[in-house]
Amino acid sequence: MNAIEFILSGMLAAATPFLLAALGELVVERAGVLNLGVEGLMALGAVLAFIVVYHGGGHFFGFVIAGLGGAALSLVFAIVALGFRANQVATGLAIGIFGQGLSALFGKTYESLTVKALPKLAFPWLSELPVVGGLFNQDIVVWISLLATFGMWAMFTYTKLGLVVRAVGENPKAAHAIGYPVISVRVIAIAFGGAMAGFAGAYAAVIYTPLWADGMIAGRGWIAIALVVFGTWLTGRIFLGACLFGAVSLMGLAAQATGMDVPSQLLSSLPYLVTIVVLGIISANRRLLKLNGVASLGEPFER
Amino acid sequence: MSVWSMAFFPSLVRRERASLTATLLAPVVALAVAIILNLGLYVVMGRDPVAVVYAMLLEPFLSWASFSEVLLKAGPLLLIAQGLAIGFRAKVFNIGAEGQFILGAIFASAIPVWFPQATGQWIWPAMLLLGAIGGALWASITAFWRVRLNANEILVSLMLSLVAVQLLNYLLLGPWKDPNGFNFPQSVMFQYDAMVPTLISGTRVNVSLLITLALSLAAWVFMQKSFAGYKLQVGGLAPRAAGYAGFSESWAIWLSLLIGGFAAGLAGAAEVAGPLGQLQRSISTGYGYAAIIVAYLGGLHPIGIIVSALVMAVIYIGGDNAMVSANLPIAAVRVFQGSLLLAYLVSVAFVRYRLEWRQATEKTAHRSPT
Repeated sequence: MNAIEFILSGMLAAATPFLLAALGELVVERAGVLNLGVEGLMALGAVLAFIVVYHGGGHFFGFVIAGLGGAALSLVFAIVALGFRANQVATGLAIGIFGQGLSALFGKTYESLTVKALPKLAFPWLSELPVVGGLFNQDIVVWISLLATFGMWAMFTYTKLGLVVRAVGENPKAAHAIGYPVISVRVIAIAFGGAMAGFAGAYAAVIYTPLWADGMIAGRGWIAIALVVFGTWLTGRIFLGACLFGAVSLMGLAAQATGMDVPSQLLSSLPYLVTIVVLGIISANRRLLKLNGVASLGEPFER
Repeated sequence: MSVWSMAFFPSLVRRERASLTATLLAPVVALAVAIILNLGLYVVMGRDPVAVVYAMLLEPFLSWASFSEVLLKAGPLLLIAQGLAIGFRAKVFNIGAEGQFILGAIFASAIPVWFPQATGQWIWPAMLLLGAIGGALWASITAFWRVRLNANEILVSLMLSLVAVQLLNYLLLGPWKDPNGFNFPQSVMFQYDAMVPTLISGTRVNVSLLITLALSLAAWVFMQKSFAGYKLQVGGLAPRAAGYAGFSESWAIWLSLLIGGFAAGLAGAAEVAGPLGQLQRSISTGYGYAAIIVAYLGGLHPIGIIVSALVMAVIYIGGDNAMVSANLPIAAVRVFQGSLLLAYLVSVAFVRYRLEWRQATEKTAHRSPT
């Protein structure tokens, strides 16, 4: 298997934690809320799923518990940031620190233990193709994530629900005036984002690298937040961005496998460096951000 | 809004003016709430709450030796938080102090690593200065990205912290590794002149604490008395007004990040030139993130931050104690820190709002918009 085949076949799996967390954060931000606690929500989801799967609860139940845990912690964010109108940046950071602390606390006795990942499901015929065949040989969660991406796009493009979420984020006063429950929509969006971050963490800990280590999320929650900006709040572009980061995080492995003499630390920081560079390129295009950005992002809503 | 959510969130009504009582009480109430919640967690975990309280909250004060460790720990937290608070007041969210701290430690270590034979009283001051410059340089990347490329400073500064950790690992496993260090990821031990002189004999408290206190005073003068500080605060409170008054936003971003990076870099330098005496992987136990909590808990006010830095240092030292004597995992410190900030953010809401339990209905809210 050459480097290209290696990256193509692993890209979607590597992208899935980014994708799930970013899709969740997309809904949160579209509703006008900035939740910077994704890293902590993912860490909590990861440890919960790991514990469930380790004790034989199975992957499905592990994901359910991770989603519930992420949603529960994100509701704490909702209570502080929406209920008490606290600064959303500070609240998100607090949730991040709290969630990472909880995950380390719960995971302490599971350090370096492993679980079994899920088998891959090959797409008939397409997975036999040369070079790109690996793309069509993925585990069930990757396939579901692709469907979820499509569903998210359709929701924002065609449904009233998508319109309501966007209205609440663009102009909460107007949305309130025409009778939409701004706070309730935002709370539900936050809980959804928390559940998605929980799923993302679960995927990272029980499927992608089925082993528990403190700090294993390693900035992926933050990159997911950056992905929402890269994708200029559009589902399709966020998907492409997640694939880019999946590929980038595999490049390190591919480079090491080919025996390139590059310090491993440089390869480990590649996703962070790419984030910084892409963030600079996309943000420099102020018109693009203004066109697709969320008008009242991060501002508390007061009647 | 549906009925359940009205019942769920009793309405917050804006006060006519900010409450001074609530301002002063908020951190105290937050601390009390965080202590109670975390003790509950320890009980659930099967730990003896009395032993934890004793180890965490009393033991740090019971001997001069352990209190001096609290002072030692408070130093970097205080310094970083003073720098960050200036930026936070200007609504510039530099959350990459961790990376700026690490770069400060790396820059400062360059002198003793490259010139291990050098002697003279100039070495440690030069290290502190170089460290501060290193921190400011690292922060200037974020400032450039924000001002020139319009990139979000939260994400850029955080990513740079993750890069800084990798840079530190690279140096300690590669070019800067002590050849006689049994393959441990650490630099050579620094020479005597590369160490900040001790302030109180018999303890590890050193002169950098005095520098930190002097800079805290400088931060107070800067924020409360200088025109530049005033411009920063106006920019944070009323960006539009600041714009009309001709206060440049770019200037505020550059200044905030450079001050924050300078302070964090200095703290990193003081850590390697002080208690550690070498560059190690574990130079920072999350000081850069804890300092964010210190800054908020101190009300972003230079005087308040002195108190909150001491509180946070007690939690660190007490957490270490509780790990030994009450078998509490060290991660409990991070849980405590996170819950403390959450509790503070809730209690500080009462500075500007008061609770009203009357069930306001949708219609009355429409008639009297606030």
